[in-house]
Amino acid sequence: PQSNENTDTIKPKIRKYNRGERLSVKGLKDKKLKSQLKTKEDLFEKSALTAAKVEQWLLPSEGGALEADDGENTYDYTQEDIVKNVDISSAHKAFDLRLPDLGPYTIDYTHSGRYALIGGRKGHLAVIDWKTKYLMMETQVKETTRDIKFLHNEQFFAAAQSKYIYIYDKKGAEVHCLKEFVAPLKLEFLRHHFLLVSTNKAGVLHYQDTSTGQIVANYSTRLGPCRVLRANPYNAVVSLGHSNGTVTLWTPNMGTPLVRMLCHRGAVTSTAFDMGGSYMVTAGADARIKVWDIRKMQALHSYMAFQSTKSLDVSQKGLLAVGSGSTIEIWKDAFQVKQEKPYMKHRLFQNSTIQDLSFCPYEDVVGIGHTGGVTSILVPGSGEPNFDSFVANPFQTVKQRHEAEVHALLDKLQPQTIMLDPQKFGAVDKNPRKNLREQEEEEDESKKIQGQKKAKRKTKGRNKVGKRMAKKQLEAFGTKRSIIREQQQQQKQTKGALVKEREEPLPRALERFAS
Amino acid sequence: MKVRVISRSEEAFTRERSQDVTKVFRNLDPRLHPMERAQEYTRALNAVKLDKIFAKPFIGALSDHRDGVSCMAKNPSRLNCLVSGAMDGDVRLWDLAYRKTVAEFPGHNGAVRGVSISSDGDFLVTCGDDCTARLWELPAAEIGEVSGGVKHCEPVMVFQDKNSFRAVDHQWEKKVFATAGANVSVWDYNRSEAMTSFSWGSETVVSVKFDPAEPDVFVTTGSDRSICLYDLRMNTPLRKLVMQTRTNAVAWNPREPFNFTAANEDCNCYTYDMRKLKFAKCIHKDHVSAVMDVDFSPTGREFVTGSYDRTVRIFSYNGGHSREIYHTKRMQRVFSVRFSGDATYVMSGSDDTNIRLWKAKASEQLGVLLPRERAKHEYLDAVKQRYKHLDEVKRIDRHRQLPKAVFKAKKLRQEMTEAARKKESRKRAHSAPGSMPREAARKKRIVAELE
Repeated sequence: PQSNENTDTIKPKIRKYNRGERLSVKGLKDKKLKSQLKTKEDLFEKSALTAAKVEQWLLPSEGGALEADDGENTYDYTQEDIVKNVDISSAHKAFDLRLPDLGPYTIDYTHSGRYALIGGRKGHLAVIDWKTKYLMMETQVKETTRDIKFLHNEQFFAAAQSKYIYIYDKKGAEVHCLKEFVAPLKLEFLRHHFLLVSTNKAGVLHYQDTSTGQIVANYSTRLGPCRVLRANPYNAVVSLGHSNGTVTLWTPNMGTPLVRMLCHRGAVTSTAFDMGGSYMVTAGADARIKVWDIRKMQALHSYMAFQSTKSLDVSQKGLLAVGSGSTIEIWKDAFQVKQEKPYMKHRLFQNSTIQDLSFCPYEDVVGIGHTGGVTSILVPGSGEPNFDSFVANPFQTVKQRHEAEVHALLDKLQPQTIMLDPQKFGAVDKNPRKNLREQEEEEDESKKIQGQKKAKRKTKGRNKVGKRMAKKQLEAFGTKRSIIREQQQQQKQTKGALVKEREEPLPRALERFAS
Repeated sequence: MKVRVISRSEEAFTRERSQDVTKVFRNLDPRLHPMERAQEYTRALNAVKLDKIFAKPFIGALSDHRDGVSCMAKNPSRLNCLVSGAMDGDVRLWDLAYRKTVAEFPGHNGAVRGVSISSDGDFLVTCGDDCTARLWELPAAEIGEVSGGVKHCEPVMVFQDKNSFRAVDHQWEKKVFATAGANVSVWDYNRSEAMTSFSWGSETVVSVKFDPAEPDVFVTTGSDRSICLYDLRMNTPLRKLVMQTRTNAVAWNPREPFNFTAANEDCNCYTYDMRKLKFAKCIHKDHVSAVMDVDFSPTGREFVTGSYDRTVRIFSYNGGHSREIYHTKRMQRVFSVRFSGDATYVMSGSDDTNIRLWKAKASEQLGVLLPRERAKHEYLDAVKQRYKHLDEVKRIDRHRQLPKAVFKAKKLRQEMTEAARKKESRKRAHSAPGSMPREAARKKRIVAELE
């Protein structure tokens, strides 16, 4: 017997755990299948209810929140105010690393949120345990480093240096130099597939498997150098932002983009994805920030920014961070409803320009890389309070890290499994366009045709200028088209006449002789 | 203003000493677990590949016989007991765990044709080519008594008859057993002559089997390609089903009292419902030579068959094709098979004087499993079940290495059936519509049903 008091609070949570609608078995005539499906669906309902109850009662931590007093707004509060009103350990999470000499910094956090990787433009790379401020590793690579990214662990990271991508160890030793890819600009790591994605100055998109070293795909986008690269955490599809205002979505399985969207009137300066995979935010040189529903491919909202936005990021709880110039604005619930005012604002010291923004997973912190160094500010309510030890454990011991690496490698997904809708995996194609046999026949035919050599077009002595001009004029007036159309109509009529002659159906044995 | 930030204390999330339990936290939010289906598929694929790596079904051989093994019987009340009879009159009681002979039952002069144990595990009945059926008392074996040497037992009773016996089966309730030979006779322990004899037509009865769930019903197969149903409470036989080829053995489904599976000479097994003998419930096709013996698993969901084509196959009770095949170069014609009483092992007795012990599930981990191991196996089974229909997984799961002779024979049979099918379809296409009625495959092999 279930208690009725809790059903109101639990019902909306159950929906989150249902992977789709309940299957109705009413029309089925096969009794065994009907009963089997019914028991399965009951089990799914039960498990969704249990998961919802676990969420309500058993999760250990509570999320953050910032509430303004009457008459005040949340965006009026500065970081100093927040730090004063928070406990000591959280106060230490907000800090400034002043590193003015070595160029604008990029920042990346590991998936568990424990370690931060900072990379200065002039080649300064460092891995820090940012909560304890312990410096794990620091090197100077003496080259322009345009982007940095952690691989599956804090043990390895990749740096997109001036000529090639280099992979470094936790001690700063150079482990690999990926010479197949020249002049890399941006890096992205698909955690489940162990794929390192990169773009370069020639506009080539490169996928490489970091566990086997195999190059999975190399596609030229033909849209110029691509400085905007972001992976969708929901389906591992990668979005590139181009200078003509389009955003293209790619998978390693196709040489052409899956989707091409014209998003902005100027170049696209930044993109970001929501963790649930429903929303995409893009910022462009036309000072607009647009929110798109990426599942239905619809534009939702468009915000105006005063400056060109250099970087965007979406937190685990759906907070949007917008970094433009030296101010960072954080918007809450910006996707479903168009907000008028931001949630929080922060201006960097000495007006340093923001280079990169990254929310720290499982913490209420956002890391900002800028020309003056690296800053970490508190954003209450941005991080997911409850982590799953098997997904990401901020308190991971060495043994747990070893085990997790092995499990991740065993569960490594193949690049062929990347698709726009991951729920369709293993599902039945209800409207197959072609029968398998027809497909095979078509392939055989196309092979035959390819085997045949192309008939050479003879134009020797027939390419007189006068005739060419006359042809062009005909095409311009469309007379040739009308001639062809008339011919087609005549053919149809004659065919129809022939078909009408046969009224009785042919006997089955002779059907194969009918034309 | 009211501020609250996520702050975790290390004590709550880590352990102090190595003796403490490691703290594990779960968050089942689907946003934290993206691409679940692809991951499950990857796990299913890996699990299926691991299955193939761990598939080591052969456990051992019981090789004390000196001539081909003709029949076997398992003890319904003890798991480690197996009695087997050989072509030279040798009857042995084995301890399956030690794979050694515990007791010998000398006495038969010719080949032993049938062995059967009573349901309480006390008495053993054997019959042979020397026209005798003998009743023995099974020695109560204890665990670890194998080292005591092989016992030689004396028969309690010897039943003499005019003709040789072909099979024997003990009833599941009373102290009564039935023998098959020139006719079917039902014997009681205390009488030296048969209590009743049944016969229908002049034919040799090749095998006899009592229904474990319906103790008074038994089925016999005859050399006139018939399957006969009898009831002990009636004087006359119930029903006779005549097929196109002879049935070598029959096994009753222990979970479904009215269903039995017949192992036929035409390489197929036919499952019948005894109430409706007009058509077979299911045809199990995969062997390439005559099927010699059939036995059901105690779960009633699988059965094992041994065939003249030197292979042992395991079928699902309602499946048209086998799920597993066991073969060895050294195993010759298989004449008898038994499924063990705990549904974990399969025994096959063959012409090469060996009884081989196999696992029912080739890649199963035997022994005591830790709860985590068991949970992992169950999870992998469930995940394999879910993605079993997809190409890659199916291909790896289905693949079995066949001996060359079996492979070639299978191909030949496929060609022949395909040719026959094409010929029939062309004939139908070129004849008047309706002049060639289609025959159901399940009825095709049945010649007649007689009462």
